Amino acid sequence: MTKQRKAVALISGGLDSLLAARVIQEQGIHVEGINFFTGFCVEGHTHAIRKKDRARPKRNNALWVAEQLGIKLHIVDIVEEYKEVLFNPKHGYGANLNPCLDCKIFMVRKAHEWIRDNDFDFIITGEVVGQRPMSQRKDTMPVVARDSGAEDRLVRPLSGQNLPPTLPEREGWIQRDRLYGFNGRSRKPQMALARQFGLEDYAQPAGGCCFLTDAQYSVKLADLWQARGEKQYEMDDIMLLKVGRHLRPRPHFKVIISREEGEGNFMQGYRKQYVNLATKSHAGPVALIDGEVDDQDIVLAARLVARYSQGKTADQVEVEVKRLDGSSERLTVAPLSPGEIPQEWYL
Amino acid sequence: MTRLVVDARRLLCPMPVIRVQDRVKGLPPGSQVEAICTDPGALNDIPAWARISGHKVMETRTEDGEYIIVVEVGPES
Ligand code: SF4
Repeated sequence: MTKQRKAVALISGGLDSLLAARVIQEQGIHVEGINFFTGFCVEGHTHAIRKKDRARPKRNNALWVAEQLGIKLHIVDIVEEYKEVLFNPKHGYGANLNPCLDCKIFMVRKAHEWIRDNDFDFIITGEVVGQRPMSQRKDTMPVVARDSGAEDRLVRPLSGQNLPPTLPEREGWIQRDRLYGFNGRSRKPQMALARQFGLEDYAQPAGGCCFLTDAQYSVKLADLWQARGEKQYEMDDIMLLKVGRHLRPRPHFKVIISREEGEGNFMQGYRKQYVNLATKSHAGPVALIDGEVDDQDIVLAARLVARYSQGKTADQVEVEVKRLDGSSERLTVAPLSPGEIPQEWYL
Repeated sequence: MTRLVVDARRLLCPMPVIRVQDRVKGLPPGSQVEAICTDPGALNDIPAWARISGHKVMETRTEDGEYIIVVEVGPES
């Protein structure tokens, strides 16, 4: 009896990895999914935050994909290990702070370790030659295979016909002529294949699979590193970069101001870790101060927060300040006028 | 059979799923794990994860703004 061959598919939650896994399943291979959580994934927390997003059905796309495929999904927390990838990417960053090539190498390396530990035969990704400017180019796709250590146990079913034959093809575990030769940025072939498989309602992430491809997010992350004097972050930092307006009035502190109720509720959860402000005489946002501040800084922050409250044109607004030691006080301040908020403060 | 508790309060998805998944690993079938979460996304994600992993959701309830999901470990975990 021939041995049942097994593959693990990198599942991001997008269409490409879904199709790639499906193509291999069709060839009689036992497939399971693996999904890596870096902390920056677009998936997940965002939907818990903004009120407008709460109306949308909440689902984790990677889990949804696994369910469509009828496969198990192993979600792996790589938050700590991922820092090294992001701080010192050997191949540099993409258009923003996205270290896509190093990221792919890292994830495939982790998947390779996983197949060795779990007695699986090969790895599947949804990569397509020429799809993305950095990690999915004809010349960088072999780099992923080589530097990850996966070598010819890495199969890209959607572009397999454009790439050298892999071990599973040579051994006859899968047939090369039942792989695809997709190439370039067009999404049409994927959409046609999805139709063929009867798949609908799949996620189509615009830029990439994570927040690091987002220009505004990257600006805020770079600012955080600059302010701290080193590339470092904790989970709370990177979560907070996703919510609120961020303004840096002075190099040593920034103010995060909620833009709507959902964000306000979310930020309430951080009241014990950050000096926080809330307007009392008028309805207004929740605000957190990140950095060490003195009394003068707090007054400036209070005036800024007042500007974003219903009392923005009032002469005076009362603001409650809660400090880290648990003490609180009320300040009466004049809201800053728009002219007093330089553009450079906005991150 | 004892019921293990996973405190996933303040964690945002998919962290609650990861915590439950890692806790369930190696437990004998029939064991129960109770997850306490504050991210409403867990109400969808933990059951979805349980379905694809062959486990059973025994109970979901909301208590004081916290979501409690009880999972029973399936046969082939
Ligand atoms: S978009 Fe983000 S998660 Fe995806 S490869 Fe690039 S850095 Fe990695």
